Amino acid sequence: MRQLVVIGNGMVGHRLVEAVRDRDTEGTWAITVLGEESRPAYDRVALSSYFDGATEADLRMPDLVTDDRIRLRLGESATSIDRAERTVTTSTGDRVGYDALVLATGSSPFVPPVPGHDLPGCHVYRTIDDLEAITATAEFARTGVVIGGGLLGLEAANALRLLGLEAHVVEMAPWLMPRQVDEGGGAVLGRLIDDTGVVVHSGAALSGIEADADGHAVRVRLGEDEAIDTDIVVFSVGVRPRDELARQSGLDLGPRGGVAIDTACRTSDPHIYAVGECASADGMVYGLIAPGNAMAEVVADRLLDGRAAFTGSDTSTKLKLLGIDVASFGDALGAGENTLDVVVNDAPGKRYAKLVISDDARTLLGGILVGDASAYASLRPLVGRELPGDPLALISPSGDGAAIGVDALPDDAQICSCNAVTKAQINHAIEGGACDIAALKGCTKAGTSCGSCVPMLKTLLSQAGVEQSSALCEHFTHSRAELVQIITATGIATFSDLIARHGTGRGCDICKPAVASILASLGGGHILEGEQAALQDTNDHFLANIQRNGTYSVVPRIPGGEITPDKLIVIGEVARDFNLYTKITGGQRIDLFGARVEQLPEIWRRLVDAGFESGHAYGKSLRTVKSCVGSTWCRYGVQDSVGLAVELELRYRGLRAPHKIKAGVSGCARECAEARGKDIGVIATENGWNLYVGGNGGFTPRHAQLIASDVDHDTLIRYIDRFMMFYIRTADRLQRTAPWIEAMDGGLDHLREVVVEDSLGIARELEADMARHVSAYADEWRGVLEDPDKLARFVSFTNAPGTPDPTIRFEVERDQPVPAGPVTLGMPALPTHAEV
Amino acid sequence: MTVTTLTHAQTWVDACPADALLRERGAAVLLPDGTQAALFRLFDGSLYAVGNIDPFTGAAVMSRGIVGDRGGEPTVASPMLKQVFSLRTGACLDAQGVRLPTYTVRERDTRIEIAARPDGEVT
Ligand code: SRM
Ligand SMILES: Cc1cc2nc3c(=O)[nH]c(=O)nc-3n(C[C@H](O)[C@H](O)[C@H](O)COP(=O)(O)OP(=O)(O)OC[C@H]3O[C@@H](n4cnc5c(N)ncnc54)[C@H](O)[C@@H]3O)c2cc1C
Ligand code: SF4
Ligand code: FES
Repeated sequence: MRQLVVIGNGMVGHRLVEAVRDRDTEGTWAITVLGEESRPAYDRVALSSYFDGATEADLRMPDLVTDDRIRLRLGESATSIDRAERTVTTSTGDRVGYDALVLATGSSPFVPPVPGHDLPGCHVYRTIDDLEAITATAEFARTGVVIGGGLLGLEAANALRLLGLEAHVVEMAPWLMPRQVDEGGGAVLGRLIDDTGVVVHSGAALSGIEADADGHAVRVRLGEDEAIDTDIVVFSVGVRPRDELARQSGLDLGPRGGVAIDTACRTSDPHIYAVGECASADGMVYGLIAPGNAMAEVVADRLLDGRAAFTGSDTSTKLKLLGIDVASFGDALGAGENTLDVVVNDAPGKRYAKLVISDDARTLLGGILVGDASAYASLRPLVGRELPGDPLALISPSGDGAAIGVDALPDDAQICSCNAVTKAQINHAIEGGACDIAALKGCTKAGTSCGSCVPMLKTLLSQAGVEQSSALCEHFTHSRAELVQIITATGIATFSDLIARHGTGRGCDICKPAVASILASLGGGHILEGEQAALQDTNDHFLANIQRNGTYSVVPRIPGGEITPDKLIVIGEVARDFNLYTKITGGQRIDLFGARVEQLPEIWRRLVDAGFESGHAYGKSLRTVKSCVGSTWCRYGVQDSVGLAVELELRYRGLRAPHKIKAGVSGCARECAEARGKDIGVIATENGWNLYVGGNGGFTPRHAQLIASDVDHDTLIRYIDRFMMFYIRTADRLQRTAPWIEAMDGGLDHLREVVVEDSLGIARELEADMARHVSAYADEWRGVLEDPDKLARFVSFTNAPGTPDPTIRFEVERDQPVPAGPVTLGMPALPTHAEV
Repeated sequence: MTVTTLTHAQTWVDACPADALLRERGAAVLLPDGTQAALFRLFDGSLYAVGNIDPFTGAAVMSRGIVGDRGGEPTVASPMLKQVFSLRTGACLDAQGVRLPTYTVRERDTRIEIAARPDGEVT
């Protein structure tokens, strides 16, 4: 086997080993990795999330599969290279022979040699060790100063802020992020940063750091006579490639340092390659991860006799810093000759946008966006291209920059910059049969990293005339409504049967719950009975809503929001005894949070014994029927709205639907129950009830629209029965009533004809379906408690059923238990805050 | 929980009786070092185990995901944010570079046993 030695186990060194392993299926290379840091590679790009609570384990890159072919030697650095002998000497004195050597040594932070730069209290910001040291110093600190107002400096300032310090940033240039944004953008950025409480000192030169009597850094001196008292100093003024090994062994270096490499990423010694931040490609040292990864792929390919080449990389950046959007792309600073700028500087709106265009005003060369970077995804691919229209319109606040047609883009424009996929490649994939986003992701990799290009992928699909397929997923070519028809017509009663006869494969998290819901709507018995149990998503499977730490919430039904004091007391007692966080929901009932899976049956036994039943907060089913007090108490009320709300909630409870259904009943037109914000809204009139349908809050709020007025009680119930069942039969998966009505041929008028006039002649059938549901209803939680088989699933571990999950921990907030530790929602081991 | 040590230094953990595991549904197993695995039996009886911690949220919930397939590859979807992972390799099919550890599983007599350490872990 040939010997490959990799010096450096940072992000790029790690990627290199993975890439070699992926390609070297024959096992021709044995790999030794020397890593100076004591930890295996971690996500440096996401380093700052450490201060948001991410742990070392969260930052860890996916483990290398270490076997006889890979040796990871951590805490051991390379000290010299003998190019003639082809050996590397390590800090333990060991010598390792190589056939190929890769330098992936990264870079080190530059510390300006001002007086006091090495005092205790002075730090850099590059490794987990650095962050640990900063955290330790910060414990006794009140103020921190970051030297350097670039991208990393601002991250460091935010870190100090998160540690509870008053943070200052000192930038020598007259504005922040001078390498990415121009003066105008810098001014807006400065104001936005100011708003976050970080104090910015721009145009300020560091002249020295002073110590107290103990020799601890306490004062940062700026210029002649300005000073900031501080407890901690973080340097972030730039990095220097770690090219010392290359220097010692006589390899060629780049003009600004870094190991010089050719397009094969080879150094001046053909057995030695360099990748990542230590390499200088065509005189350029890249301080970003994407070019490093590209180099790693090139070297892996070359090691396996491929011909891949690294020919430079886009340094466009978009990031969210302290909650502020900043993006710069192409020739953002107009460094080329004869360029024209188009600028929108909206100082009060705290928004700055600039396009750099060619002097004939036809070609886009680059741009800067500060405060609102939504146009980034559509502007960046236009770099080097003819502008699709008036440049000002592209960035003016009223113009919708994000909506520039992709049709304006030429074929070789990059649509997905993360994965270097062009418009032609995407169109080609569409012609080749990719008919949805998932298929495009699969065959082109576009859209798989930061996701900002996905809207453009959609546009390309629809421009290519691809009907966005109504297929449920890769396993069924049918829409949900078609499956309802198949199931009703054939009487198929299990998922296995359905997929065997009408689908392909084994199903997934989309089709399984959808079919489970259809089977349940059509009267399939307990949702955890037999095979159905395996179809339910976790909420339905445990009849509770999963929370971010893996615990569940418990929501007993409180019809119409009406509850007796005794029942209220039971809820309080249960919550107290099981130490559950308790909150009144937006749906007029009470939610108990933080129950572990193995506690759910005991909790529910107490509730069921006291007369409660499942509130179906977990299901795509009827949630609540909100009520107002109505004629019983209210001086304006004209009908008994609480009575009707309770009746409706009990009638439709447990009914599975394409999406959740909410209802409301108000006792007069003052509408205190917000009924018109619900899928089904009923408002009392002097003569009866008005029925409204298709309202919702949520993502796209809609008001419900009137379909029947002044109807009596029985007619009202009939209409609602028909409406609900018609919805259940014909809506798409996860389509609420409003978009369902909108998408319907003939819209609301057609719906009114079906529901009120029975234009399709199906009213009897719909009512009969509902009658079946009402009579077959049984409380799902009681069903579980009475069935030992179902109960047996509520365990923490199969081999330790009562042992609580050790990862679940709580802390106390406002006198109640809440999940301990950080919210870690996001991408592990991938850049989360920057797209490159 | 029972821990059996075999001669070639593979430690097996007794997970459950073979008939306790529902087809197409997972169960969590507590391992001797305090870590957790998510154990699944598929429709054809085959067994798989991957790490139980969802790498996207840090919650120990993978065993509660829905199993299925993507293009024939057996998968489990995280119940939290729905990313899909290969049950064979542990690789996340929706995000490059994210991977769950995988564990060897075997059925002996009437019991299911799972390796105490993930596949490929240096010991
Ligand atoms: C608990 C509660 C918030 C609260 O503290 O008050 C809540 C909590 C959740 N809501 Fe809600 N919503 C709650 C009232 C609402 C309301 C207000 C209302 O019902 O009057 C709305 C807007 C009204 C509407 O839906 O039209 C609302 C709009 C949503 C949406 C967006 C729906 C949409 O069509 O855009 C979702 C997401 C979804 O369903 O896909 C959602 C989803 C969720 C989920 C289920 C998310 C999840 O899967 O984890 C939350 C978990 C509930 C739990 O763990 O018990 N929740 N949610 C409220 C429970 C009401 C209840 O008693 O059942
Ligand atoms: C806080 C922060 C935020 C960042 N944010 C972004 C961002 O948003 N977007 C972006 O694209 N980039 C960002 N970067 C830059 C990105 O992290 C680097 O481009 C990337 O890490 C470079 O990878 P590398 O492998 O070349 O170097 P490194 O990750 O630095 O790894 C080099 C490794 O080699 C080791 N080493 C050095 N010499 C030796 C030796 N002689 N023997 C053995 N081991 C040795 C070092 O200890 C180190 O572990 C950020 C960096 C930081 C610090
Ligand atoms: S909607 Fe009318 S009846 Fe109901 S509480 Fe408000 S004012 Fe009173
Ligand atoms: S631009 Fe396509 S995934 Fe980031």
